[in-house]
Amino acid sequence: MLDVAKIRKDFPIFENHKNDGKPFVYLDNAATAFKPKCVIDACSSYYLEDGANAHRGDYDIAYHVDQKVEHSRAHVAKFINAETHEIVFTSGTSMSLNLVAFGYGIKYLKKGDEILLTEAEHASNVLPWFKVSEMTGATIKYIPLDGEGRCTPENLEKVITNNTKVVSIAQITNVLGYKIDIKAMSKIAHKYGAIVVCDAAQSAPHIKIDVKDLDCDFLSFSGHKLCGPTGIGVLYGKFDLLKKMDPFMTGGGDNARFDMCGNVAYLEPPAKFEAGTQNLAGIYGLDAALTYLESIGMDEIEKHDIELHDYAISKLKDLENVIIYNEHADSGIITLNVKGVFAQDEASYLNSKGICVRSGEHCAKLLKERLKVFGTIRVSTYFYNDKNDIDILVNALKEGGNFLDAYFN
Amino acid sequence: MPTLTNDMKREIILEHYSTPDNKKTPDDKTKYKAIRMDSDSCIDDIIIYLDIENGIIKDAVFDGVACAISTSSTDILCEMVKGKSEKEALYIIEQYENMLHEKPYDEEVLEELNAFSETYKQAARIKCASLGAQGISKIINGEEDE
Repeated sequence: MLDVAKIRKDFPIFENHKNDGKPFVYLDNAATAFKPKCVIDACSSYYLEDGANAHRGDYDIAYHVDQKVEHSRAHVAKFINAETHEIVFTSGTSMSLNLVAFGYGIKYLKKGDEILLTEAEHASNVLPWFKVSEMTGATIKYIPLDGEGRCTPENLEKVITNNTKVVSIAQITNVLGYKIDIKAMSKIAHKYGAIVVCDAAQSAPHIKIDVKDLDCDFLSFSGHKLCGPTGIGVLYGKFDLLKKMDPFMTGGGDNARFDMCGNVAYLEPPAKFEAGTQNLAGIYGLDAALTYLESIGMDEIEKHDIELHDYAISKLKDLENVIIYNEHADSGIITLNVKGVFAQDEASYLNSKGICVRSGEHCAKLLKERLKVFGTIRVSTYFYNDKNDIDILVNALKEGGNFLDAYFN
Repeated sequence: MPTLTNDMKREIILEHYSTPDNKKTPDDKTKYKAIRMDSDSCIDDIIIYLDIENGIIKDAVFDGVACAISTSSTDILCEMVKGKSEKEALYIIEQYENMLHEKPYDEEVLEELNAFSETYKQAARIKCASLGAQGISKIINGEEDE
């Protein structure tokens, strides 16, 4: 296991909650992750030292901003083994997926075409495709999940046809936490001429990603879930696809020239997709976050996640009042309920014990028909969680049936 | 009403959560004005039905999926507004919301709703405790869903 006590010293938030009068156990990392001081400092350095807009290279500080932005882009590329010009900065995974749906989907899909999703997808990987379907007449179909709720290459084979144009799936799903074999999915999809859009919001923070090996056509993730700032994210796209697709937003910074007759020459990707002033402080912070994760090691992070997951499952299984929905998840996501207690009531109770978890449908509303429950508690760990956090959770869940204690103690 | 102890409050909430007498869909929906209240921050999703005749609330029921706090508070409110005028109902709701937000309030009219006086300790739940109250006042103020 990683040296969590040492790691926590890098995160000011732990120090700031030392005197809450109750434990401070953060287990909602699938929603967002805390920021180490180096990331906060990198964001501040934009405001404190550089301050200028990008693409204004006539003076030193502006030139420096451009350099930093391109340095950060190259860093992101290296982080997922892409080429620098294949990295588009966005506001986050939702914007990245919308950019593919609107820039590629609406331009190239038509009636009779099929889009394949799964029931386990996050709303951000479902609703943009609903829009594409509405606007183009393309049909949405779902890859069946296996008994445990996994999306498998075998099941993709069962539903894919020559009409399938897009397969859009999460590499790690946000409720069940299974790791999907994107490489195998890409191989099948490409055989049928479909592109693969990979939602890496839950995977990029936790596992090493190599887009060349996965051979997916697009891949999206957010900065804030991997210790970076909010409001910055990434869309990776194979360069020929980025060249073909339309910008979703147009304006300053994405064109070379235009005239009064409406002729526009857009810049090459990625600039074509980055109209308007970017989240520059966010780009500085993202760069620092990647450096920080690399200093710990993505393989080490994944190992820590799995070890903590296995420990948590072994302890939770001893609790007769707890139902676990994804015992065999390949990540730090555990979805559970306390028997007879509405998920939100349980989450409030855990809050009163200093434990932060998420309750609800976790933006995967299609999944509720499968799990046959209206809501669940989602526990999600990161590399700054340790076995002690799990022990605190397990002890609280033991008494989880007394959820009204949250109000009266 | 005597001052409620914590144990009494707990019992009130649990009872109206486990057996909410007013949680049902009316047989004849045509008489009722209805509004769907689904919270943007949680999974609570209920429909409230009011039968209002000449400014008097003849019946109040609700149905759907909601947590203990939403369910019990809505059940109590439905019981309390039955037979009251719209104006009286709005006064109760105003006092109740004042209590939830730690403002001065008229404890006398709140009856069993006083069980929710500690909600401020769990600030994230104020929304749950307000869901039914907001739905009822929306209907009285003329909002309605098909």
